[in-house]
Amino acid sequence: MKEERKKHLIQLAIWTWLWVATMAVATFGPSHLWDASEVLTTMAIGTNLLTGSLMILANRKLFNHFDELERKIHLESLGLTLGLTVVVGLSYSLMDQVNLIPMDAEIGALVGFIGVTYLVTLFINRKRYL
Amino acid sequence: MKNKVREFRKLQGLTQEQLADVIGVSRQTINAIEKEKFDPSLPTAFKMSRLFNQPIESFFLFE
Repeated sequence: MKEERKKHLIQLAIWTWLWVATMAVATFGPSHLWDASEVLTTMAIGTNLLTGSLMILANRKLFNHFDELERKIHLESLGLTLGLTVVVGLSYSLMDQVNLIPMDAEIGALVGFIGVTYLVTLFINRKRYL
Repeated sequence: MKNKVREFRKLQGLTQEQLADVIGVSRQTINAIEKEKFDPSLPTAFKMSRLFNQPIESFFLFE
């Protein structure tokens, strides 16, 4: 059980790092690696999409390997994160529309918020149950 | 829900790790059940029942 879990965890780590790497290539490639070639940019984004999908599948495999308490902890954290992201994300977008914030609302800020919220809720739930 | 899992586990001479391996959950899950922080699923309760050779209601006390 532990060996299999380790295998799933390593697979997820590999796909996550590959996704981050292909994201970096797709982001900086057009300006730094190739001269804004549309074909190469499309290929880079396609590769990023593919590695992202494989990362999600690896995450699903790991999730299905969790036991009932781990699933409960992660599902509660995911539910809270989703709810908070919708509420905070829409308020953030509204603040941009009515010019309450000096900068444009960026999707990157929301992704960062999702990551931090998930980690915090996971930490709180682990404290509650373990 | 109150339970007597720790008591029955010790009667069988099992550690939390050993019980977890037999039931197919993590040691942390057994610990959370024993501390009454988490109520297990029905399949887990039945596995315990078979292992302890006792009906479920003898170690899970519904109030």
